[in-house]
Amino acid sequence: MSEFHFEKGKMVPVPSHSIIPERDLGKPPVLECNHLGIDFGGLRAVDDFNFTIGKTEIAGLIGPNGAGKTTVFNLLTKVYAPTRGTILLNGMDTSGKTTAQINKMGIARTFQNIRLFSNLSVEDNVKIGLHNAYKYSALEGVLRLPSYWKKEKAAHERAIELLSIFKMEYMADWQAGNLPYGAQRRLEIVRALATNPCLLLLDEPAAGMNPAETAELMENIVKIRDMFQIAVLLIEHDMKLVMGICEGICVLNFGQVIAKGTAEDIRQNPTVIEAYLGKRGADPC
Amino acid sequence: MKRLIMRGETRKNFITYGIVIIAYVLLLVLSSTGMMSSALQGLLVPTCTYIIAALSLNLTVGVLGELSLGHAGFMSVGAFSGVTVSMALADVVPAPWARMVLAIVVGAVLAAAAGFVVGIPVLRLRGDYLAIVTLAFGEIIKTVVTNLYVGKDSSGLRLGFLDPNIGLGQGGMMIVNGPNGISGIKKLSTFTAGFLVIMLCLIIIFNMVNSRSGRAIMALRDNRIAAESVGINVTKYKLMAFVVSAAMAGAAGALYGLSQNTVTANKFDFNTSILILVFVVLGGLGNMRGSIIAATVLYILPETWLRQFSDYRMLLYAVVLIVTMLVTNTNKVRSVIDRLLPHKIKAREEEKEHV
Repeated sequence: MSEFHFEKGKMVPVPSHSIIPERDLGKPPVLECNHLGIDFGGLRAVDDFNFTIGKTEIAGLIGPNGAGKTTVFNLLTKVYAPTRGTILLNGMDTSGKTTAQINKMGIARTFQNIRLFSNLSVEDNVKIGLHNAYKYSALEGVLRLPSYWKKEKAAHERAIELLSIFKMEYMADWQAGNLPYGAQRRLEIVRALATNPCLLLLDEPAAGMNPAETAELMENIVKIRDMFQIAVLLIEHDMKLVMGICEGICVLNFGQVIAKGTAEDIRQNPTVIEAYLGKRGADPC
Repeated sequence: MKRLIMRGETRKNFITYGIVIIAYVLLLVLSSTGMMSSALQGLLVPTCTYIIAALSLNLTVGVLGELSLGHAGFMSVGAFSGVTVSMALADVVPAPWARMVLAIVVGAVLAAAAGFVVGIPVLRLRGDYLAIVTLAFGEIIKTVVTNLYVGKDSSGLRLGFLDPNIGLGQGGMMIVNGPNGISGIKKLSTFTAGFLVIMLCLIIIFNMVNSRSGRAIMALRDNRIAAESVGINVTKYKLMAFVVSAAMAGAAGALYGLSQNTVTANKFDFNTSILILVFVVLGGLGNMRGSIIAATVLYILPETWLRQFSDYRMLLYAVVLIVTMLVTNTNKVRSVIDRLLPHKIKAREEEKEHV
């Protein structure tokens, strides 16, 4: 397995009791959650979630099973409406927005259980991601006006360009549902990137991958961040990946934030070790 | 550009256009040289209307992935509004073809409006509510039309509900006569018109499916949550597909109405809706060519050579439907079918090369 070295930014504290990379100081944070919470009946699934992500930060969200990590993603993308608290995206309040509007504002995501448009081709999956980037009306499409051909050509070229990030352009005509598992996960990331986000949410991107594939994924996540100059927030159980590339890390347990900080802070935090990494003193890697 | 034209999907669509055009020319030659029995000639236009209805329902069921159990209701709206317009304007628009076109347009527009009214509350919900609401819609339309009285006199159209006495003036003419429906219709629709509407529907469906809107609609079918997460407006695209589908069913209804001597509300009942659904399911969900073939075969056969069994038609369709679903949803049977289809074999080998 190839060793992958990644130069993380120096982390500095910001007023909202979080840390962001020093290079992102002075730019508005891409995401700021204040006292975010949701109740399912009597269950406080997430409570008092405060987190700030810098403009080009790779952040991690970890915690044991059932801690509420995916619920946080669903809150950020408005699949659930938060019971309490606010979400600021590039300084703009997202309350009252729908999932589709949130995507237009700049959050794109992948899913823990892969959700591709499995009956459609790989290229069409990416083109659906480009839905709001190359717009023309249904009438223009049915009548095949010149704008249809122009925009379709541009969308096709863009789709192939995005697929080539993961060297998947030769799969363009394959049916998405028939792709190997790893390629399906990569296609989900490409589809999310096609929507031109400023914050990419990855829900367990390395699940089911072998160590070599995981190492490649780590490189690709950093590559995507550098290419598109976007922030990435990822949920992951693979500690090698989280500790390797995440600059700021947030640990959830039973819906509560139990620790925030850099990989080193988290590694040494006794609460985290007890709640998540097992018995005291165990090496997380 | 070249690649877009040569894509497999596009080639398949052109084959479908070709099949329809060839079938039209063949049947036209057969009927004009007198080699076709008059009974069969009388079936040509109704067959066209069932093909259009099947295509339109396939847009809702196969492409959008929502179940509609009241498609005959939209046909009914199209038939009664279209025929009424063609009869009311008999003096104003003398050319029969112009009245027929007008009838089809009015039928399509009113059915689209009905589709919009039905769709706008229902398509916002998650789950199979559309099936329930369209089922009710079909029955409601049937009851409404059964109790509807429309007449024409010198002062214009007169409407009445439940009460046949709508106060027609001197020389007035009853058009829609409640439970008796419309009678004495001039048969305006022709086989060529049916063919042209089929082609128009095919072009609309194929061009829509291979465009931004069509991809959004299919994305909603395949995975609604993922579609929302990439910024697709769920209600807008569901409504778009459903309204277009209703409009096509309305056009089919108008065409059908103008091919009969009389139309009554009972013609467009639940059985008709299910009949169209059987065409779609047997032809293959999302497969337009299949819908055309299934509608043609399943409509012509019981009306002609299998006439003596036509009483058992619905029973037989139910059995065929159940068997089709069982067979196509069994993994073993599917893998056998996959092994037999040449294009699937090719696709699999291509994938093996790369993996």
